[in-house]
Amino acid sequence: MISKILADTPVQKSGEPKTVKPVTEIHRPEVLNAYSSAEKSKKKVKLKLSEEKVHTILEICKSYDNDPGELINVLHETQSLYGYLPAEVQEVIANGLNMSTAQVYGVVTFYSYFTMIPKGRFPISVCTGTACYVRGAEKVLEEFKKELGIAVGETSKDGKFSINCLRCVGACGLAPVVLVGEKVYGRVSPDGVKAILDNYMDK
Amino acid sequence: METIKLTIDNKIVEVEKGTSVLKAAKKIGIEIPTLCYFELCHMNIENKPGGCRICVVEIDGRKNLAPSCATEATDGMIVNTHNIRVLNARRTIAKLIISDHPFDCLVCAKSGNCELQDIAVKFGIREIPYQGEKSTYRKDTSPSIIRDVDKCVMCRRCEMMCNEVQTVGALSAVNRGFKAVVAPAFEMDLEKSPCTYCGQCVSVCPTGALTEVDHTINVIRALSDKTKTVIVQTAPAVRAALGEEFGLEAGTSVTGKMAAALRRLGFKYVFDTDFAADLTIMEEGTELLGRLNRHLQGDESVKLPMLTSCCPGWVNFFEHNFPDLLDVPSTAKSPQQMFGAIAKSYFAEKIGVNRKDMVVVSVMPCLAKKYECQRDEFKVDGNPDVDFSISTRELASFIKQANIDFMDLPEEDFDNPLGESTGAGVIFGNTGGVIEAACRTAYEVHTGKALEKVEFEALRGMDGIRSATIDFDGLPINIGIAHGLANARKLLNDVRAGKSKYHAIEIMACPGGCIGGGGQPFHHGNSEILQKRASSLYTEDAGKPIRKSHMNPHIVKLYDEFLGKPCGHKSHELLHTQYFDKSDEVIIE
Repeated sequence: MISKILADTPVQKSGEPKTVKPVTEIHRPEVLNAYSSAEKSKKKVKLKLSEEKVHTILEICKSYDNDPGELINVLHETQSLYGYLPAEVQEVIANGLNMSTAQVYGVVTFYSYFTMIPKGRFPISVCTGTACYVRGAEKVLEEFKKELGIAVGETSKDGKFSINCLRCVGACGLAPVVLVGEKVYGRVSPDGVKAILDNYMDK
Repeated sequence: METIKLTIDNKIVEVEKGTSVLKAAKKIGIEIPTLCYFELCHMNIENKPGGCRICVVEIDGRKNLAPSCATEATDGMIVNTHNIRVLNARRTIAKLIISDHPFDCLVCAKSGNCELQDIAVKFGIREIPYQGEKSTYRKDTSPSIIRDVDKCVMCRRCEMMCNEVQTVGALSAVNRGFKAVVAPAFEMDLEKSPCTYCGQCVSVCPTGALTEVDHTINVIRALSDKTKTVIVQTAPAVRAALGEEFGLEAGTSVTGKMAAALRRLGFKYVFDTDFAADLTIMEEGTELLGRLNRHLQGDESVKLPMLTSCCPGWVNFFEHNFPDLLDVPSTAKSPQQMFGAIAKSYFAEKIGVNRKDMVVVSVMPCLAKKYECQRDEFKVDGNPDVDFSISTRELASFIKQANIDFMDLPEEDFDNPLGESTGAGVIFGNTGGVIEAACRTAYEVHTGKALEKVEFEALRGMDGIRSATIDFDGLPINIGIAHGLANARKLLNDVRAGKSKYHAIEIMACPGGCIGGGGQPFHHGNSEILQKRASSLYTEDAGKPIRKSHMNPHIVKLYDEFLGKPCGHKSHELLHTQYFDKSDEVIIE
C-alpha cells in the first residue's frame, strides 16, 4: 500500500537522467499514517507520538524483555491497542527492541494480519469462506468496493468504512454473510449492499 | 574436535562436525554452484538463507533435494551433486529466477560481473519457457547508490551487510511472496533512510540490483571541454586494487601505471590524495595534541577520545546515530575534501585559473565519497571543491573504454606540488593506517624526538576492534581502532556511556578499511584479497624515502606559503568542517 503511494514520489536525479517506471494510479485514502500526508504536502514535518504513547509502547517492549525475537508479540499487542501500526509506532518499537525500523517494517508487511491503515469506524468484513463464496460473496465484495471506491484492506476517505475479508463466522446457514462492526447481515445480495451502507450514512 | 565422514560424488571426505555439505564438497574440490550464499571469511559471517535453491544436491534416503549451503553434513551421508535429477532441478530453478528478471544484460551496469549471468552461462540456459508477469518496482537513485529492485534475486546479502556487519539497518526484506523486495523502512528512498552510502551492499550484490551512480560520463564531458582545467586525485587504496581489474594478482601495486593511465586519459595534472592525507595528519594530529594537552592541564570541557573523520561513511553513520556526540570527532575534513579545497584555492591561484574553470575529479575506493563531495558545506558559491568522484571500478572501465593497454604502460610519477606524499599518506587506505600515520607525526611533534621505528605494529591487523597503548616518551596514549560499523557502534556506545578509556579512536566504515571499500573491485568475501591489498600499501610505505607526514617538503611549503600553521585561521577556513544532526531526517521530510 505504502509502497504504491511512495512510488508516486519523483525519483532523485543524480548523474545521468533515469527513467521512471509508470505506476498505475491507485486510490489513496486520506486517513493513512502520517507519512503519506507528509509526502503529499512536501513540507518538512516532524511527527512525534505523545510522551504517553511512547511510554506505553516501550512498556510493551519491556514486558517482553526488549527481545527482538519477541517482535511479533509486541506488534500484536500494540496493534490491539491502537488498531493499526503507523510508521511512527514502528519506529518506537524498533528503538525499544534495539533493531532497525526497516526490519520491523519487513515483519509488518510480511504478515497480512498487521496493518498500517487504521480501520474505519464501521469496519466491513465480508466472509469469503467456502459456503459464502459459493453463494456469491465475491459479487457482494465487488459491490462494496464499487460503492465505497476502495480496495480490500483500505479505508474510505472520511474514515467511516473499511473493507476486509474473513473466513467463516460460523453462520454458514445465512451465507453469504457480512459483518459491519459487531452486527451480522445474512443472505446478502449485491443489490442489498447499498441498503446496508445506508444504515450508517447519518451516523 | 569431532569429525565425521561422508561420501560426495563417490569421494570420501572427512570434515569437522557441523560443516555444511557445500563446504565439505569444496574441501575435495567440488564447487557446487551457489547464488544467495555468501561467506565473509575474515569475519566469520555466512549468509545462507537457503532461498535460491541453486545449490541443491541429492542425499541418499531423503525424498527432496537439499540446499547444500544450509544442510549440515552427517556421518555416513551419501551426496550426489551432479546427477540428472540435480542438474535438471538446478536448471529449472535458474530458469524460474531468470523468468522474473529483466533481460537487459546488454545495458546492465553489472554485466560481466553478474553472478546470475554466470549461472546462466554455466548452465547453458538458452531459453526461458516460463512467461508471465514480472515483478516491477520503482528505481531509487541516491547520490551514491542506485537500487533497481527488478534485478533483485532476494539473496539478502545486502541485508546481512547492512544489518549484521554495519548495523546501519537501512535495508530489510519487506512485503511477501511475489511482491517481496529489499527496501528501506516504509519503502522510502534510500536518501531519506539512515543509509551511510558505505556501499558494502553494492560490493556483495550478485546482480545489478545495487550499483553505484556512475560519473564516468561527466568526467569525459569535463575532459572534452577546452575551457576547463581538469585535475585528478587518487586515493591510497585505489593503487592496491586497480590491477585486479586488469587481471593482475591482488595486492599488485600499480601506482606508476595508474598515474600514466590518468595522464593518457587527458587529465592536465595527475595528483595524489596521499598528499592531502599528509595534510590531514598535520591538522588532525595537531588537533589531537591540542585536545590532549588541554586534557592533561585539567580542562574539563575538552572532549576525549578524539575520533578520526576521514571516512565519509563513518561521518554519515554518526550524524544519523550519534547526534549527541557531534563534537567528539575531529573537525578535520577528509583527505578528498582537503585536496579539493587546496586545489581550488592555493593551486588554482598558483596556475592562474578561476575555480569555476577548474574541475577536480577524485578516484576513490568508496561510494560514500560521491555523496560527500556533493555536501553543501564543501561548496563555494555552489561550486563544489571536488566535482566528481569515481570509484576504482569506474576508473578501470574508463581506462578500458579509452583503448589504453594498461599492462603496457610505463611507470610514471604524480605531478607536483599536490602529488608528493609520504609513506604515512599511503597507509591511510588500511584499517589502523590513519592512526599510525597520526602517531608518527604526533609523537615527534609532542616529544621533539625522532622516532626510532616508524612502524607501529601494534596498530596493524585485521581484528574488528583493536587497541594499543603507545608510549609518547612517558605519556601513555590509548588508541582504539574499529573497522566495520558494527564495531564502530560498540566503541561509540562506550564513549556515549562515558566508559571509553581511549584518547584517540580511528574508525573506518568498511571491513578492512578503504582497501575493502564499496567502490573496489569485487572481492567476493575472500579475505586473502583484502590482506594482500593491505600488505601492498605497507610495502609501498616501507619503500618511500619519507615516511612521516610533517617531513613532506611540499606540505611544509604549503604551510609556509599559504596556510600559516596547522589548525591556524586559514586551515580552519579551508580544512575543517562541522557535522550535522541527521537523526530527524531519517524518515521525515
